[in-house]
Amino acid sequence: MKVVYTDVLVIGGGLAGLRVAIGARRRGHDAIVLSLVPPKRSHSAAAQGGMQASLANVTKGQGDNEDVHFEDTVKGSDWGADQQVVRMFVNTAPKAVRELAAWGVPWSRVRQGDRQVIINGEQVTITERAAAHGLVAQRDFGGTRKWRTCYVSDGTGHAMLFAVGDRAIAEGIPVHERTEALALIHDGKRCYGAIVRDLITGELTAYVARATAIATGGAGRVYRVTTNVVICEGIGAALALETGIVPLGNMEAVQFHPTGIIPAGILMTEGCRGDGGLLRDVNGHRFMPDYEPEKKELASRDVVSRRMEEHIRQGNGAKSRFGEHLWLDITLLGRKHIEHNLREVKEICQYFLGIDPADQWIPVRPAQHYTMGGVRTDHTGQTPTLRGLFAAGEAACWDMHGFNRLGGNSVAETVVAGMIVGEFIADFIESPEGELDIPTAVLRDALEAERGKLDVLLKGSGREQADTLKAEMQQTMTDNVGIFRTGADLQRAVDKLQELLVRSRNIGLRSRRDGPNPELVTAYRVQKMIKIALCVAQGALTRTESRGAHFREDFPRRNDAEWLQRTLATWNDPLATLPTLNYEALDVHRMELPPGWRGYGNKDYVDHPDTPQRAAAVAKLREAATDAGRHAVQAALMPYDHLLPASLRGRNERIDEKLPT
Amino acid sequence: MNSVTDSAPPRAANPPADAPQRMLHFHVLRHDPQDPVSIPHFDVFELEEAPGMTLFIALNVIREQLDPSLAFDFVCRAGICGSCGMVVNGRPGLACRTLTQDLPAEISLAPLPAFELIADLSVNTGKWMRGMSERLETWVHSLGQEVDLARLEARMDPELADRIYELDRCIECGCCVAACGTARMREDFMGAVGLNKIARFALDPRDHRNDEDFYELVGNDDGVFGCMTLLGCHDVCPKQLPLQTQIAFLRRKMVKAGL
Repeated sequence: MKVVYTDVLVIGGGLAGLRVAIGARRRGHDAIVLSLVPPKRSHSAAAQGGMQASLANVTKGQGDNEDVHFEDTVKGSDWGADQQVVRMFVNTAPKAVRELAAWGVPWSRVRQGDRQVIINGEQVTITERAAAHGLVAQRDFGGTRKWRTCYVSDGTGHAMLFAVGDRAIAEGIPVHERTEALALIHDGKRCYGAIVRDLITGELTAYVARATAIATGGAGRVYRVTTNVVICEGIGAALALETGIVPLGNMEAVQFHPTGIIPAGILMTEGCRGDGGLLRDVNGHRFMPDYEPEKKELASRDVVSRRMEEHIRQGNGAKSRFGEHLWLDITLLGRKHIEHNLREVKEICQYFLGIDPADQWIPVRPAQHYTMGGVRTDHTGQTPTLRGLFAAGEAACWDMHGFNRLGGNSVAETVVAGMIVGEFIADFIESPEGELDIPTAVLRDALEAERGKLDVLLKGSGREQADTLKAEMQQTMTDNVGIFRTGADLQRAVDKLQELLVRSRNIGLRSRRDGPNPELVTAYRVQKMIKIALCVAQGALTRTESRGAHFREDFPRRNDAEWLQRTLATWNDPLATLPTLNYEALDVHRMELPPGWRGYGNKDYVDHPDTPQRAAAVAKLREAATDAGRHAVQAALMPYDHLLPASLRGRNERIDEKLPT
Repeated sequence: MNSVTDSAPPRAANPPADAPQRMLHFHVLRHDPQDPVSIPHFDVFELEEAPGMTLFIALNVIREQLDPSLAFDFVCRAGICGSCGMVVNGRPGLACRTLTQDLPAEISLAPLPAFELIADLSVNTGKWMRGMSERLETWVHSLGQEVDLARLEARMDPELADRIYELDRCIECGCCVAACGTARMREDFMGAVGLNKIARFALDPRDHRNDEDFYELVGNDDGVFGCMTLLGCHDVCPKQLPLQTQIAFLRRKMVKAGL
């Protein structure tokens, strides 16, 4: 039996995983990163538009701070988020941008003086301050009250991933490329690492670690139409689920991005609309102001996507052989702006649509984009039920996005969570709990169990084809668990997925070599993916309300009285065909921002019985502390500073908020 | 077209729908180096062309319908991650954004040369790139002082930030190495990808390495003096990086540093 020992095993080589590993390494611990692909090819690179951090450098960002970012994020989440975690996040995001600046990310910078921008379809002159010249610039994004999204042209994720990837190399962190974790090693209480398959040779190895972190990104590929790259299959979440004791949080909370291109589903960044691009219908009519007079194209993504689908249903979609769609018009931004700030957009239009977006409109329709749910953890990133198992980034649900994530908050979360969880993992390792004491029999049993499963696939007599099951699952999800959901559709999806799950236990392979065998990989992954899809569909079926991206036509109101709850899905019995759902209530009395209207979207919701009381208490506390300044107000409402690692506490400097020297 | 609320209906974005489709023949190089009996050979797969078909779509259809064992690499399928570099009708490029309509009906696909072959069209660019990064230390060297993350970030000229990003756009796909005459003869040649990275860090004031430091890394035949200026790299770069200019600039700089 081949065994590899390390302090920290990080599963996933995107931004979150790499930053976790760097954090642990800087505290003096060894870390190994497992990655399906060379880490710089991870989905993090696809984050084009930018990263939210309240630096308030640009004129349109003046007055921005952690408080505004916090409110935007909680409203965006439709009050599903853990508000303390949101506070930790918004306070760390500026530090993350500044760290990345020091590591070499070529952030686009503010140039003092006048510049022409497009706001609400009109050309406007903005004057940038001399005091901001050369500092990191921000652009506008959906669901935000200030220009807060820091960016590198429209290659933000790429630039961040390369800087962090190269920093990991500088720290000497080994990345075991083309390896895949098949199962976690655990004894029901403590996680000891993972059984890992080499995707080139097929060899299995037991990786034994004092702490294990899942940072495998989202599960977009359980849908047919998604912006996600082909490796975002939810496998990390499935590893946790298959332990039988680690819950996944809010898997029914799935974001659909308004502007995926037709038919490939490739993302057109929100920066297109942030920079002034418009949505138009078959008649060329700009329709978003009809629905959302306040935020128009820049309401939150769940709202814009629903309005688009609604508009198509009313017969206003443009027709094409790939189905109906709407138009994204960025021609008004001008060629210079597009070739400078939206160049990846231009390349994608050129190569995949054969159009020039400076002259022609882009055919778009909402596509699956983001998995708000994931491995349920506490604010340190650790799962409460399996000690030593952590999660970070899109794979995790610690839960800063609730039922809808704001644009620019995910790539920000990757590095922020990496910074925070990396420190807590180091703390864990340095604590008595971090000691490792594992009988080799546990390793051998875990490895042999996985060997056995692979042998059944490679040598067995199953008759089902893995590709077919995968395609049927993806079609089922896209048809029935999309933007508009109903009980009947969701039940149909659950029934079909259960059937597929049973069939997936009888897969037979046409290609029986071990080693680089893509059919084998599809086979063992699809068995996991169908379970993830079931968590999404069953969670959605059971949640009889509408919140954020989860919209039930048969229950269109947000219902705080019954559903201010986080869904927890576990898979208790390996032979079950459904997850077990439990619920965790969110405590209104501990909220800094009690539930209310988001400022866009549906105004009609059912209050939680505690909300009026908490709202009155908050108003009173605000009034009492208001003279002491915004930090005192915040501390009176919901203290969070003590939750952060010591090295990440403290205020952030801005041009208009100097720190004492 | 620029009015805010209403505008003329747009020009068609998609090519006409009902053109008759061609039969395509994909000649794919097959080999499994781990299999002692495997002999490199071409398999031919026939496929009906579909509207908007890319090599990403075509190869997946081949794998699903004709040969489940066919190995290839895709991740983003949007031309941004650099996974799918391969030799298409003799020319290295990104398969995911290559439309079959731009190719003849006979299409040959081979793995990128100069990299370790994993199987069929899959090569180990990741291992090569990590080795290059370790050798050239492709990260900002900042003299060890820690930055105070609570304070305003250091300022940078906006123009300079843009120029650094221009070189930072490299996606490490390996096409430049596959198209390089020197890399084919000299195993340790760092290729345009490596030289471009040195040019990128030399431009970056956050990196305190000077020309002498860079000379130690690239002032030899495995570095900038190994380049024969055939510039296949420049011709095939999917990101249209200004590799010709960067190599010339670096060579001049290194000659000066070496004197």
